[in-house]
Amino acid sequence: MSFITVKNLWKEYGDQVVLENLNLSVNQGEFCTLVGASGCGKSTFLKMLLGQETLSRGELLLEGNAFPGEPDRNRGIVFQRYSVFPHLTVRQNVLLGLELEQSPLMGKLFSSARSEALKDVDAILKSVGLAHAANKWPHELSGGMQQRLAIAQSFVMKPRILLLDEPFGALDPGIRGDMHELILKLWRDTGTTIFMVTHDLYEGFHLGTRLLVFDKVRNDPQQPEAYGATITYDLPIGQTDPQTYESIETSVSKTARNLST
Amino acid sequence: MRLINRHPGRVSATLLGLLPFLLIMLIYSLASQERLAENPNDKLLPGLEQMTAAIDRMAFQEDRRSGDYLMWQDTTASLQRLGMGVGIAASLALVVGLLNGVMPLIRANLAPLVSTLSMVPPLALLPILFIVFGLGELSKVMLIVIGTAPIMMRDVAQRVRELPGEQLIKIQTLGANSWQLIIRMVLPQILPRLIDTVRLSLGPAWLFLIAAEAIASTEGLGYRIFLVRRYLAMDVILPYVIWITILAIVIDQCLRLANRRLFPWYNAGGH
Repeated sequence: MSFITVKNLWKEYGDQVVLENLNLSVNQGEFCTLVGASGCGKSTFLKMLLGQETLSRGELLLEGNAFPGEPDRNRGIVFQRYSVFPHLTVRQNVLLGLELEQSPLMGKLFSSARSEALKDVDAILKSVGLAHAANKWPHELSGGMQQRLAIAQSFVMKPRILLLDEPFGALDPGIRGDMHELILKLWRDTGTTIFMVTHDLYEGFHLGTRLLVFDKVRNDPQQPEAYGATITYDLPIGQTDPQTYESIETSVSKTARNLST
Repeated sequence: MRLINRHPGRVSATLLGLLPFLLIMLIYSLASQERLAENPNDKLLPGLEQMTAAIDRMAFQEDRRSGDYLMWQDTTASLQRLGMGVGIAASLALVVGLLNGVMPLIRANLAPLVSTLSMVPPLALLPILFIVFGLGELSKVMLIVIGTAPIMMRDVAQRVRELPGEQLIKIQTLGANSWQLIIRMVLPQILPRLIDTVRLSLGPAWLFLIAAEAIASTEGLGYRIFLVRRYLAMDVILPYVIWITILAIVIDQCLRLANRRLFPWYNAGGH
């Protein structure tokens, strides 16, 4: 049995079809990148995996059981922005998850329990390259460092699934490359199953193990919301040739243009 | 250069800011001098001499009848009422506003009531307060609470709902239950915003305080102003008004500084 199973999944808002007839099966430890035009349901699919959205029809299964209906500590998330807490320092931000888990009533750890937890925190801060900034406030960090913090915050919980919603979309290209290395390293070390939504087709082609292209097969120019998107390409990364890249690029841009008119 | 692009320097900004104050003082003293020249016993526009004499009498000499220093007695009485009223209102606003902002079920239940209450003119309720709570301290404190709490509740709820939805999701993925989410994420982020709200509510709070004191009281800054009005004692009223203004400014600035000290992340643009 596969880790995550999607069977004939549909998502509709009233008359608007977002996703139609989605089928997918993902094994534990895979790193899937989700690409496609805006409005093609990548983020909606991610939100369903997170428990923030419900599906309209079909099945979404985690090890054979329905996905939990609200976010929980087994599924981490990194958003493009705002996923760190401004009122906590870098160290406190990463410590927070451990505190919530170990102290249900106060949500805070003291003395020896705290210093024990801080060992884990400092180790992960070191591995994301934030050890030197441990006592800074998030607003003192650059965009890239804030995203490192958000990633550390999620990884310290050792989630079974990590969801990344355009995590590097707001970063400079140079910084983005560093972040790719970081996320690949953490993924190899932990074996977490990762889903990453990206706008950047290049990113999708080179990061992870599997590329999923969300696109509309049918298009009604008069009524763009009548048909939903589905997965049009499901490719293992490393076996993609320039021709495939071209044809995905063309198809995705065409859908994007149709949707924006 | 366009007018909107011309900025004053440090010194000229200070001078420009002082200018209206100096102008008002100048106009007042000219008018006062003119009236006093005509009639040295004029009470309407007392000069500096009469006002300092009045301050000396009210603040630094024992009252002949009661043996109290009236201005300090009035000040402590008023500040106590104001502090209690605003304190209770802020605590209520924090609890109700926070729950309203975080919990959809409570919001559905309480938000319409809070919105309606905030529309009731508080002074119209003052007679009811006097009837229910009597003419003592309680009714004056209650007027401040009723006058400021509903609006503060709405404001706090609004601030809670302005927190980024990403954070709310993120803390859930870190395993927080509703209680933990409130005490570790919402409460610490809302406290500095509550202080801002309190600062804005101080104006109305003073208004309700003085109104209540004017109607039924035996001491207090508002009581004194309305008492000496009978004798046209502008030499007491004007210093009292200035003193109330100074108190209001000091309280406001203390809250501002406290906010800066206690929540360094908030004021450095970390929100």
